[in-house]
Amino acid sequence: MEHRRIETPKIGVFICHCGINIGGVIKVPEVVQYAKKLPNVVYAEENLYTCSSEGLSKIKEGIQEHHLDRVIVASCTPRTHESLFRATCTEVGLNKYLFEMANIRDQCSWVHMKDPEAATEKAKDLVRMAVAKASLLHPQEETEIDVIPSALVVGGGIAGITTALCLANQGFSVYIVEKEAKMGGMLRYLHKLYPTMRNASEVLNQLVNEAKASKNIEILTSSVVKEVKGFIGNFEVAIQKGDEKTVNFEVGTIIVATGATDFEPVGMYGYKKFDNVITQLQLEQLLKKGRLQNLKRVVMIQCVGSRQEGRSYCSRICCMTALKNSKLIRESYPDANIHIFYRDLQTYGQEYEKYYREVQEKGVKFIKYLPEKPPEVSLGENGKLNVNVYHSLINKQIEISADLVVLSTPLIQHEDAKELSQKLKVPLGPSGFFLEAHVKLRPVDFATDGVFVCGSAHWPADVGESISQAYGAASRASIPMSLKRLHTEALNALVDEEICSGCGLCELTCPFAAIRIEETKKGRKAKVIAASCKGCGACGAGCPQMAISMQHFTDEQLLAQIAALAEVKS
Amino acid sequence: MKESGSVLVIGGGVAGIQAALDLADRGFRVYLVEETPSIGGRMAQLDKTFPTLDCSICILAPKMIECYRHPNITLLTYSEVEKVRGSAGNFTVEITRKPRFVDEAKCTGCGTCSQKCPIIVPNEFDMLLGDRKAIYMPLPQAVPRVTTIDKDSCLYFTRSVCKICQKLCQAEAVDFDQKPEKINLNVSAIIVATGFSLLNPSVINEYGYGRYKNVITSLELERLANASGPTGGHVTRPSDGKIPDKVAFIQCVGSRGLGRGVSYCSSACCMYATKEAILIKEHKPKSEVFIFYLDLRASGKGFQEFINRAKENWGVLYIRGRPGEIIEDPTTKDLIIFCEHTVRGEVRRLEVDMVVLCPAFIPRESNNKLSEKLRVKLDEYGFFKAEDASLVPVDSNIPGIFTCGCCQGPKDIPESVAQASGAAARAVEVITLTARREG
Repeated sequence: MEHRRIETPKIGVFICHCGINIGGVIKVPEVVQYAKKLPNVVYAEENLYTCSSEGLSKIKEGIQEHHLDRVIVASCTPRTHESLFRATCTEVGLNKYLFEMANIRDQCSWVHMKDPEAATEKAKDLVRMAVAKASLLHPQEETEIDVIPSALVVGGGIAGITTALCLANQGFSVYIVEKEAKMGGMLRYLHKLYPTMRNASEVLNQLVNEAKASKNIEILTSSVVKEVKGFIGNFEVAIQKGDEKTVNFEVGTIIVATGATDFEPVGMYGYKKFDNVITQLQLEQLLKKGRLQNLKRVVMIQCVGSRQEGRSYCSRICCMTALKNSKLIRESYPDANIHIFYRDLQTYGQEYEKYYREVQEKGVKFIKYLPEKPPEVSLGENGKLNVNVYHSLINKQIEISADLVVLSTPLIQHEDAKELSQKLKVPLGPSGFFLEAHVKLRPVDFATDGVFVCGSAHWPADVGESISQAYGAASRASIPMSLKRLHTEALNALVDEEICSGCGLCELTCPFAAIRIEETKKGRKAKVIAASCKGCGACGAGCPQMAISMQHFTDEQLLAQIAALAEVKS
Repeated sequence: MKESGSVLVIGGGVAGIQAALDLADRGFRVYLVEETPSIGGRMAQLDKTFPTLDCSICILAPKMIECYRHPNITLLTYSEVEKVRGSAGNFTVEITRKPRFVDEAKCTGCGTCSQKCPIIVPNEFDMLLGDRKAIYMPLPQAVPRVTTIDKDSCLYFTRSVCKICQKLCQAEAVDFDQKPEKINLNVSAIIVATGFSLLNPSVINEYGYGRYKNVITSLELERLANASGPTGGHVTRPSDGKIPDKVAFIQCVGSRGLGRGVSYCSSACCMYATKEAILIKEHKPKSEVFIFYLDLRASGKGFQEFINRAKENWGVLYIRGRPGEIIEDPTTKDLIIFCEHTVRGEVRRLEVDMVVLCPAFIPRESNNKLSEKLRVKLDEYGFFKAEDASLVPVDSNIPGIFTCGCCQGPKDIPESVAQASGAAARAVEVITLTARREG
């Protein structure tokens, strides 16, 4: 890589009003005039919306008319807009790595909206820094990689099987890895599914049989992911099958469909202390096996272990599960007296609200309790359970005797999810569930390319929701697999072999296994695996010899930015 | 492997956009049909999104532009589906492109025509709170970035005078003689993503919407709170332009009601009302904000935590109860809410400066006609019905036709987006199977 400048750069600066998002606070024309006087800037203009088709045409015209070889847009965030502006540069033949962005919306007009003067000055600072960096930018070539048209689906529940079948039907080969001996996940333990009341086992058997019959699907049960190396298009996967052997294969994409498990409410409401205090999932199994007899009085308590300190979230599916199970009990025992103690009933949408009314009409009674006055369960002298509750809507403490108390507990993340998240280099969110790339617009993508998520691994979801997401993940994963070739971002680490001492610290530091020590003619030297490298900079920061630089974020470029910031304003 | 087959996506909101992009990225030809002049849909109208408070148009606009630029997507805005024949793998579709009286290929979006147009009418995009011209772009980030003439208010069409836009247009894009254009397409699969409407809350007579100036809807508030909206981002009362000190939100306006409105839950209101309450607090931290609700439905990712933050950090007050009546003070235009705090067992009288109603999500009126053309079933409420909502949630009763997003019923943005990708995947399955059968 040559670091010498061939000729004086010609920089164009486009400053966006973003309607009044920026223009309402910052004096954009003043920033334009300022930019024009900066070194190497040959052109500067303002746009109402630089990202509009009009704004983009202005950039292209600028590049062609003024022979710009560096483009800066001062506007919003690169997270949402950098790829658009880069693509615009590429369209008229300018290497996309010669584009630079200054975020004068988030970092100026939004945070300093009450101080327009200072916001304007700060915008000038950011533009000056961007210009300093842009002068030192180099064009970069991207690595092209092949994508293996097969996928690994981790988890053999309803989400995993659905996503696998959808991909298999499109002609991709799929491995499903399930840690249990049997396929099916949570559905194996359920009796009927709301709102259709179909048998969970029938639904499951049909899907499992389809998956088994598919020539494109290979199922590995009693198996866990042992190791994952590589990157989008070329993941090298090692699977531990039981105690026996390791299975190795390569896939282009990975879908996490590991579901969730139910919280065990030990020490709550007499659970494990009194025989007839069970969880909603235990009730499912009793209903499934037909083991319930002579039910007269049932109390269900919602939000046991959720929406409280320590586990603040609502688990989404428990209200409907309680409604469904109480409906089933009333159908078998029309005289059974059922109370559901709830806080806020989650019967969203058309179907579930209708279901709620049907259950009310069937005679199930609802009591709204307050978290600050939770119900109490005790054992009466007659051997029956007594439940004491403050009925917040009639403002009274009431006592109900019960044969059975059912606790609705939340879905929680599996204990081994953390390990999997580390192996796949994908994050878990604050509640322990897998964290997607963007909560609104990329709900089934991970930020790590080529890895996707669906079902309750992402957030508690019912069958319909899990299936929707499973199809969604299949769609997202199918895109790189059908393209067969991909470009990877050229933001790689670069090793100067003359300086590298081969100490190996970088190999230990790299979270993506993207750098390793190899024997060369010159001795032990670090080598970067371009397609795995995310350009995070950990190796560069840690290298004691300063032998590693980050392309597009070189020391030279960053120091120039800092120097520009520190520059005394004239 | 070059994949053949093409897909029609009906509806250019976030669901339609996502389905189109997924399919186009896979190499299929996509026709994206939108009945209004620009794609973007409801999400483009929102100010911020919950629970991250991302600027809505800022995260959507790049996707809108991607649709416009994508070599595999043909955007057909201001267009409607007329006829559909055939079956999975081979549908023939007739589309009408309504005349926008501006040549899309010539218009540069410079906006001179709109600036000089003498006719001012309320802008539908701003929920009629702001104005637009007879020749207009509905929103600054419109895609495609071209203007459209509204025939019903244009002076030339109503009184045969003016034509000032045509005289001023340097691109010579204005064409008063443009006629409706019929386009015939052959597609392998169809995805319906036509979204939803909001109930006009004046049917809940006792809340005074339409009679009391300071009773507004939540979508109207989104436009008021938005920096490019009619008030430049200042949430002000319609009666006097004052920034309100006390605001009350009412949930389930026409939802979860037996008798008037609809019986179901509209799913997104608890969360967006919480978001809007925070926006009001952000604009004016000393204001008091109340939310009247029945059940707080916060079961999505990070939602309960968002409500906790609204209560603890922002001091938003939640009152369980459905207000019985609202009365306007005729001199101050302040509003008096008669309500019951059902958890406390109190009957209250609450005086506020402004009331925001959260109306029911309802099916689009056009669903009836569209469902007939497609032979696709609607549910008892008029939303597009999934063949089996839990097992094949994006399949309709007609093979090869899929549905996603709020045309199926109330949903939030990530649910719509995930489902849209899902519908795209099912469409590809159909195309693959058809191709295999045909060898």
